[in-house]
Amino acid sequence: MTTELSSANPGRARRQMAADILSKYGIVLAFVILFVALSFAHQNFLSTANLTNVLRQVSINGILAIGMTYVILTGGIDLSVGSVLALCGVVAGSLVTGADPANPALAFLAGIGVGALVGAINGILIARFKVTAFVVTLGMLSMARGATLLYSDGRPIPNLSPEFRWFGQGFVMGVPVPVIVFALVFIIAFIVLRYTVYGRWIYAVGGNIKSARTSGIPTRSVIFSAYMIMGALAGLAGVILTARTTSALPQAGLGYELDAIAAVVIGGTSLVGGVGSVTYTLIGALIIGVISNGLDLLGVSSYYQQIIKGAIIVVAVLIDRSRHSNP
Amino acid sequence: MNSAPQNGAPLLEVRNLSKNFGAVQALRDMSMVVRPGEVVALAGDNGAGKTTLIKAISGVYQPSGGEIFLRGQQVSFATPQEARDKGIETIYQDLALADNLSIGANIFLGREPMKRFLGILPMLDRKKMADAARETMALLDFHVNRMDAPVSNFSGGQRQAVAIGRAVYWDAQILIMDEPTAALGVPEQRKVISLIKQLKAQGRGVIFISHNLQDIFAVSDRIVVLRRGVQAGERKISETTHDEVVKLMVGG
Repeated sequence: MTTELSSANPGRARRQMAADILSKYGIVLAFVILFVALSFAHQNFLSTANLTNVLRQVSINGILAIGMTYVILTGGIDLSVGSVLALCGVVAGSLVTGADPANPALAFLAGIGVGALVGAINGILIARFKVTAFVVTLGMLSMARGATLLYSDGRPIPNLSPEFRWFGQGFVMGVPVPVIVFALVFIIAFIVLRYTVYGRWIYAVGGNIKSARTSGIPTRSVIFSAYMIMGALAGLAGVILTARTTSALPQAGLGYELDAIAAVVIGGTSLVGGVGSVTYTLIGALIIGVISNGLDLLGVSSYYQQIIKGAIIVVAVLIDRSRHSNP
Repeated sequence: MNSAPQNGAPLLEVRNLSKNFGAVQALRDMSMVVRPGEVVALAGDNGAGKTTLIKAISGVYQPSGGEIFLRGQQVSFATPQEARDKGIETIYQDLALADNLSIGANIFLGREPMKRFLGILPMLDRKKMADAARETMALLDFHVNRMDAPVSNFSGGQRQAVAIGRAVYWDAQILIMDEPTAALGVPEQRKVISLIKQLKAQGRGVIFISHNLQDIFAVSDRIVVLRRGVQAGERKISETTHDEVVKLMVGG
């Protein structure tokens, strides 16, 4: 890989440099090409209404994907986010339905709180009791969905208060509220990861947990907190998604973990941990959003869309592996 | 600089140190001394207790019995961090580097420098990390063109230098090195040996675990041999031979 730069072969070094640049910015290039292609393929793609719609769609998955980036950077995975999102959605929704709705801010915080709690349970099992993240969160995927159905009696919770729905449907200076929330989450996540000690610890834990531990980094707390942050963000996404639709749906968020993981992986974050960034995850989420929207516009059946999305993930991992493997 | 080894008061003294893991006694009544500017080699077969000993000294394990003195003062370390704060730095066999991070990030791993952004928000001091990396590596006569590259891009010897550089930057008085030359080619082994000599000349104490008797005889002042968790013998390097050391290691 890069060590070969020092080898006395300028042609090879130049090719290697080109490959480095391509692997770094290829994802941006892919997004631009996709964007331009869809602009030509369908006249409505570039319309303000459609792009707003895409951004709103991306916001939900983007919020999940940012949390997923933290978790994956530590070397873990969270498969439960879709179910946790639904659970938080019905909890928040149940507070703001009917004749006497609670303060929307309370519902907002309750949703995030429930998510953080579930994330904390995941985190304790993984960090403290050393159960594999895959197993813990797969179990939680089922448990949180069950809890959601139990809590809502399996039925949608209708008549959410208009004040609450502002979180999903409102605008501030012409920008949809979900997009603003997503932007804030992204900026904070970016700064924390790049400029704080905590962010450095996330990378250290994912890079070499043994060295992190012997260097005095509280590895358990770091891992625990990543899952808790992920849970809280799943709660936030659940609140926003619920506020966007008019009722809280117990079957919301089915398969969302796939989109979130896809955004992270397409962004080039290594599933082994330690390498990646939320910036690339943002681009990954935009790519998924634009692909879904484009396929919708072009009238491609949603069955095909699932196949295409799954294939993209596998290809992204393949590309990533060939990029990181040392010959 | 203190260039008169053997005479100074002990930097580190270990008395009757023991460590049990359940019913297994990995270390029993181990005593040793390290003086300023002295390189002490730990030798012994696999499972002789060398790694247990250094982990007990560096705060990774809590000793089951015995005492540790640093410059005459009794100490006990609940974590590796506490040992490091007192100037005991360990460089483990697996280097203890985060391969995905830069030299600067590795030097400061677990002790990241902070500055206040706008006077309030605590932020990583990235510039300080980069500067420290450049200065420390120059001090060790170690030059790479890409200081911001992850250390996975470097060779084994270079990575060893990063680990040593980290200890030097933090002004460690005692460096514990677990098989520092094991994974290296011959030229890089020489480089590490000369790094150890440099540390010695600076008056630091070095505890050096190795299987390689050649390396041990090249840099050490004394050798302590362990066998099945107990001290099998201690010799001045100038007064012993490979054969004697091997005999001590295998017993009989």
